Amino acid sequence: MIAEIGHFALVLALGIALVQAIVPLWGASTARPAMVAVAAPASLIQFALVALSFGCLAYGYVVSDFSLVTVFENSHSDKPLLYKITGVWGNHEGSMLLWVLILTLYGAAVGLFGGKLPRDFRARVLSVHGMIGVGFLAFILFTSNPFLRLAPVPPDGQGMNPVLQDPGLAFHPPMLYLGYVGFSMAFSFAVAALIEGRVDAAWARWVRPWTLAAWCALTAGICLGSWWAYYELGWGGWWSWDPVENASFMPWLSGTALLHSAIVVEKRDSLKTWTIFLALLTFALSLLGTFLVRSGVLTSVHAFASDPRRGAFILVLLALVVGGSLVLYALRAPALRATGSFALLSREGALVLNNLLLACAATTVFLGTLYPLFLSTIGGPSVSVGAPYYEATFLPLMVPLLLALGIGPLMTWKRADIIPLMVRLRLAFVLAVVAAAATAYLAIGKSALAPLGLGLAAWIFIATLTELAERIRLFRVPLGNSLRRLATSPRAAFGMSLAHAGLAVTIAGITVSTGWQAESIQVMKPGDSVTIAGDTWHFDGTSAIKGENWQGLEARFTLSHDGKPFAVLTPARHSFPLQQMTLAKVAIHTDGFADWYAVLGEEQPGGGWVARLYHNPLVPWVWFGALIMALGGIVSLTDRRLRIGAPLRRAKPAPEMPEPHVPA
Amino acid sequence: MRGFLLLLLTLMAMQPGLVTGFAWAVDPGERLADPALEARARALSQDLRCLVCRNENIDESDAPLAHDIRVLLRERLKAGDSDAQVLNYMRARYGDYVLLKPPVEWSTWGLWFGPPALLLIAGAAILWTSRRRPAAPKPLAPEEQARLDALLERRDG
Amino acid sequence: MFRLKLIYLLPLVALVGLLGVLGLGLGHDPSALPSAMIDKPAPSFDLPPLLAAKPGLKTADLKGHPVLVNFFASWCLPCREEAATLAGFAASGAVPIYGIDYKDKPEAAKSFLEQSGDPFQRVGIDTGRTFIDFGAYGVPETYIIDASGHIRYRFAGPLTPDALRDQILPRLAALKAGK
Repeated sequence: MIAEIGHFALVLALGIALVQAIVPLWGASTARPAMVAVAAPASLIQFALVALSFGCLAYGYVVSDFSLVTVFENSHSDKPLLYKITGVWGNHEGSMLLWVLILTLYGAAVGLFGGKLPRDFRARVLSVHGMIGVGFLAFILFTSNPFLRLAPVPPDGQGMNPVLQDPGLAFHPPMLYLGYVGFSMAFSFAVAALIEGRVDAAWARWVRPWTLAAWCALTAGICLGSWWAYYELGWGGWWSWDPVENASFMPWLSGTALLHSAIVVEKRDSLKTWTIFLALLTFALSLLGTFLVRSGVLTSVHAFASDPRRGAFILVLLALVVGGSLVLYALRAPALRATGSFALLSREGALVLNNLLLACAATTVFLGTLYPLFLSTIGGPSVSVGAPYYEATFLPLMVPLLLALGIGPLMTWKRADIIPLMVRLRLAFVLAVVAAAATAYLAIGKSALAPLGLGLAAWIFIATLTELAERIRLFRVPLGNSLRRLATSPRAAFGMSLAHAGLAVTIAGITVSTGWQAESIQVMKPGDSVTIAGDTWHFDGTSAIKGENWQGLEARFTLSHDGKPFAVLTPARHSFPLQQMTLAKVAIHTDGFADWYAVLGEEQPGGGWVARLYHNPLVPWVWFGALIMALGGIVSLTDRRLRIGAPLRRAKPAPEMPEPHVPA
Repeated sequence: MRGFLLLLLTLMAMQPGLVTGFAWAVDPGERLADPALEARARALSQDLRCLVCRNENIDESDAPLAHDIRVLLRERLKAGDSDAQVLNYMRARYGDYVLLKPPVEWSTWGLWFGPPALLLIAGAAILWTSRRRPAAPKPLAPEEQARLDALLERRDG
Repeated sequence: MFRLKLIYLLPLVALVGLLGVLGLGLGHDPSALPSAMIDKPAPSFDLPPLLAAKPGLKTADLKGHPVLVNFFASWCLPCREEAATLAGFAASGAVPIYGIDYKDKPEAAKSFLEQSGDPFQRVGIDTGRTFIDFGAYGVPETYIIDASGHIRYRFAGPLTPDALRDQILPRLAALKAGK
């Protein structure tokens, strides 16, 4: 009964989405306020219905209603309650429902908080958003219905992959979806602007909070995902350039470019067509990611719902959504061309460089992900593209990007002078060189890239601090004044500083953990000790443990430094009888600067256990940095210029004053 | 994310033999006594694809075939093969597919030269646009000219 | 002016291309890997016999007439699926079928062959090396080897009667006609 309510709510939501897609758009173009007014309530009702439907499915999981096919296939009555709930989105059908739930959540948010937007514009945005909703609700109902029943009802479910029975799964997919589904909002804003044929500073400011929110969530989502892979999968690494990871990374790169180019639109009324294109592209890449993961077109070992019919449906959706928007783009964009020109040496010039490099980086990931497929469909040879390719192509693009990142924020709009810039950045430059030289000395024979990485991290960090210090006139005016300036300066600028500093932290983490990871793999018997990177790991022994739906064995390692114990690690092996599967559970001790990481392997015939032990210096910074970046985004989001006083559109855009060419 | 690739591994694990438990990657027993040679072996195995698991290199993989290939490549190294010879040895048997860094051939030109080409073309386009002088302002319409004249006259007058 | 507008059409053109590739990709099976060993001579190997009554397998045995070489293992479920097809084909006596038992316990392999109706004229035991030399990546795999000892075709996965009729038999017929 509950399931039927959920199913019915989903059908109703599709109906509402259809109304939302057609009526407000029609009303806006025929000047009928009553039709325009449908948009906001429709978006709220659509969200409420999908949320109801999602709740019904979650209920099915919680009470283990095995008459539902998805519950039977993915759950089990013995499973802990937390994993019954997270199990809702641990499979294709449920995760698509979560996808749509988040899509409608964004729609409802515009319906609720978008009151400052011009009425017709908001109606158009919500209509476009409704169209996406129609597509995905139809996708769920026609190809991936989570409410299908089974008869006869099986006594118990087939259980859930133990790898997915982890608290990380509670947060990672919803966060990731909040990110890349969130870019649908930037897409809808862009399409609405194309329909109206107008893109200006006000538009850039309206779209910014939505892009920023999606970007923060995606940053946090990717961060959580890689952290989860690190502690759950136990191979000591945290990123492997897997197509599934790339699928989330491409929209991140393009979304980052979008955030930066929208600033140029806002401040300089330039880069309009490019920004619109990025907004369309970012969501297109999100859809592409959804397609890649779910269609099984890539070497599909991991694609977690491979089904050609679903693939075909998403492909048609992709063609309609992205194709439709690009047709509109081809028709309308030529009229949007900005009149202003700009100098290369200027803030906007630096932002253009940022966009160029990010776009090329995204292209690299795109090609690496899809090229094997492309070759094999045209009958070419089978090739593989893995980490070595990205290291050779992606990293070189990052170097100029990070160099420019240090300089860009200090540049002025319109035109900047290089000499004063160099003077202001002398401290950052000197410290970066010192950091690189010191690293080069320490890393002799270890890593050729480490000096470059740490030098860049220092460069970005100090340059960011320099910019912040200048902004608040630190040491130029009394400290109190500086602090007051910090408190009153725009949050957006502070958010930028945070995000850039976070990137520096991540780069330092990546560099040091890659260059100085110490690994030791050996068979150990209780009583044995090994020394890794100066720390002694003593294997105390093993003991049996038991969980709700598994039995296992736990090993105990005591870590000591110079004879002083400082941590106990208990890596374990859990056996899930239902799935006949054993998982190695990683144990990690961290002090914020390094991780001690232990994986227990198999028991050896001759006695003893395989122990894989790692010292991963600075690896936590990879995720700290990413979280700081996301935090920077959130701080920017609270900027009062975005919250209140959303700018009203001037009746007529002010004509761009041509920059006078004054001889120096 | 990456965990989803374990999903299929998991399914396979239910068929005995394809994946035997989760004995993570490099076994202590496989390793070479010579640390320099072992380091080369580790580096090489990160460039070779595990053919059964598809998206992992053989260094990370726990598949029996990956284990065999790790042992084999260590034997080749001990026999005095260069890194390139070891890679070619694998390539002769499994084709380009086994290499995680595709060789530069006509068929992979797009992959290798696409991004630099884009960088150059787009960079050149940006340079070209920024060098262009902004278009001369449009001549004023007659009524605008009249208004301007009137304004100037009032100020001058 | 027209040229300027063309630029804005580029994304659409790129999308059409991408959709084409993805659409073709939907019909394409990522697990079907072409073998790099096609038209190369079979690798050199000399495998000890599994059964007392039948000889083992070495490279020289492959010369002189077309043969099928089948990698199998008792632990491999698809191998059990294809056993009947292979046995039926062996009974037809068209070409000799040689087996290579991959990473197996000899006792388990022997009883597997007893149960499934041993189709092989020779069965060698492989601990993994010959498998790699063939460029194989899973079991079962079936290779067609011509009279000169060159690998002509690889079939990955269990042989079904349809696959035998459509993939294997025409190629064997062509090899015989060519001689």
